[in-house]
Amino acid sequence: MFNISKKDAITFLLFSIVVLTMPIWLAPLGASYPGLLQKFAIYALLAVGYNILFGLTGYLSFGHAAFLGVGSYAAVWSFKLLSMNPVLALVFAMVFSGIFALAIGFVSLRRSGIYFSILTLAFAQMSYKLAYSVLSPITHGENGLQLTLQDPRAIDLMFIERGSSLPVSSFFGIPMNGYAGFYFCAIILLIGFFIAQKITSSPFGMMLKGIKSNEDRMNYTGFNTKPYMLTAFVISGMYAGIAGGLLSITDPLAGAERMQWTASGELVLMTILGGVGTLVGPVIGAWIIKYFENIFSAWNESVLHGFFSFLPDNIESFVVLISSKFVGEGWHLTLGLMFVLVVVFLPGGIMEGVRRISAMFKKNNDAEKEVIDPDNIPKSTSGKGE
Amino acid sequence: MVKAVNNTVLHVADVHKTFGGLHALADVDLAIEEGKTHAIIGPNGAGKSTLLNVIVGKLAPTRGTVVLDGEVLTGKSPYEINQMGVARVFQTPEIFPELSVFDNVMAPAFAKRDGSFKMNMFKSIESEKAIADAAEEIIVDFGLDAMINTHAGALSRGHKRRLELAMCLIQKPRILLLDEPTAGMSRHDTNTTIELLKKIKLSGMTKVIIEHDMHVVFSLADKVSVLAQGRIIAEGTSDEVRANPKVQEAYLGEAQE
Repeated sequence: MFNISKKDAITFLLFSIVVLTMPIWLAPLGASYPGLLQKFAIYALLAVGYNILFGLTGYLSFGHAAFLGVGSYAAVWSFKLLSMNPVLALVFAMVFSGIFALAIGFVSLRRSGIYFSILTLAFAQMSYKLAYSVLSPITHGENGLQLTLQDPRAIDLMFIERGSSLPVSSFFGIPMNGYAGFYFCAIILLIGFFIAQKITSSPFGMMLKGIKSNEDRMNYTGFNTKPYMLTAFVISGMYAGIAGGLLSITDPLAGAERMQWTASGELVLMTILGGVGTLVGPVIGAWIIKYFENIFSAWNESVLHGFFSFLPDNIESFVVLISSKFVGEGWHLTLGLMFVLVVVFLPGGIMEGVRRISAMFKKNNDAEKEVIDPDNIPKSTSGKGE
Repeated sequence: MVKAVNNTVLHVADVHKTFGGLHALADVDLAIEEGKTHAIIGPNGAGKSTLLNVIVGKLAPTRGTVVLDGEVLTGKSPYEINQMGVARVFQTPEIFPELSVFDNVMAPAFAKRDGSFKMNMFKSIESEKAIADAAEEIIVDFGLDAMINTHAGALSRGHKRRLELAMCLIQKPRILLLDEPTAGMSRHDTNTTIELLKKIKLSGMTKVIIEHDMHVVFSLADKVSVLAQGRIIAEGTSDEVRANPKVQEAYLGEAQE
């Protein structure tokens, strides 16, 4: 169960180092504060899980934010009713998002292609609207679901007295905020990444890739593709649920806006930007988008003035005038441009860029040998057809 | 009506298929015998591909049944029919273009061993020694070993065809359906394919072959059925069919023009 190929082991090791040292290497980029670090880990997990569906099978779900929302609510309810223990909350998030994904997947997977995407979008938007209206006894509508002093917390209160302030989620005494919260999320991310690696390199993963490559051939080869698709859908829904649970663990407030379709769209952007079908790509995509959303959006004209201060005055003010449209509030513009550039020039996402560069280096090294390495042929990761 | 004799593997019994007002297949009755290569020929639009689509479960017949070894295939889905032992080679090779040649051949072997669905997501492909060995053997047999790690989409058409054949044969099917296996091939590639198919023939596998190229048909088939406008107009050995004036009128005459 724990044996993986050498290549996967190296990837996992490097990935672990990169994730666990994030507080250090993100410091020069101005992003090394716990709140953002937690988001980096959580959205990376979300993207890894999403890639199991979209990357491996090619089925584009536009409704994964719904599972994120269900996971968030389930975790907060676990805090309110039972205990502030984060592991228990994650189990709840996983189970409820799994059941929810099973129901939505069962119906949506009756169709493929654009119809599947539209069905998932419809279900997610319905969930979002219901969370604001009919389901407000469970979701607390616009106020969002939060902890109160009067919560029953049945398990916790058997052992400790009810305090006078709101409790925080804690893992056997370690409070799940600040850096401890980040490391908790990071460890869950690493576990999730490892499982995704296992799935990708298993016969099951091979069948999912087969479905993406040629679903008809899969049928004529004797595979019933429906249960394969449904399993992939539920697994990826559970990843989203756990990510939602982690959002609640680090900040116990769940709101319906997490389920809105823009959140699902953002997830699609992350995956495509980083590289569909690769393990690391979606993580990089998630980090770039979260970085832009939180850091780049805070840049203002004075930062730009400092940046361009080496230019002559009149040119500087012109450059700042233009570039200021792309930072701060305008970060969406920069992201959009970046997305267009990646999709047009690197259809395999940033990972394709990485592959091309490493192939260039390899070629230089092997120039005299002239060996063609079959593993080195760039993979086509640009969706279904050829 | 053809009587299903004892050594019949696949029996297409009075199959009728209409598309709107068009009779694509009318009272088609075929008995495919064990170990034989049965060719189905006929002019364009005669209903040959429709017949194969009915057999593999892609199309449901308007009436009639298809029976494999006494079990009714009609009404089953393509994956169930494959699991019962029917493998098909398509007119344009249907492979997994994004997967390596090796994975293309391994996937059908998994389907054969594990059935239509198995949740083996924590085992690595590398640990599946028996399947990997079988896949490698057949890849070598088919002369694809030089490109074993290449993406199947990058292969030439002839190699794709050979790969698809390997994908079908690794399942050791009860019956192999070939839909114009030499369509669009050069004379040289056609001859290589004929040699390959002759080799399979020696192994005693039952085959149904749809073909346009008479050279292929007459060098492979034990029995030939001629389909024209959805009906079987003649049946017999290659020589008998060649001599049949009805066939010459409907098909061979047209081809020799």
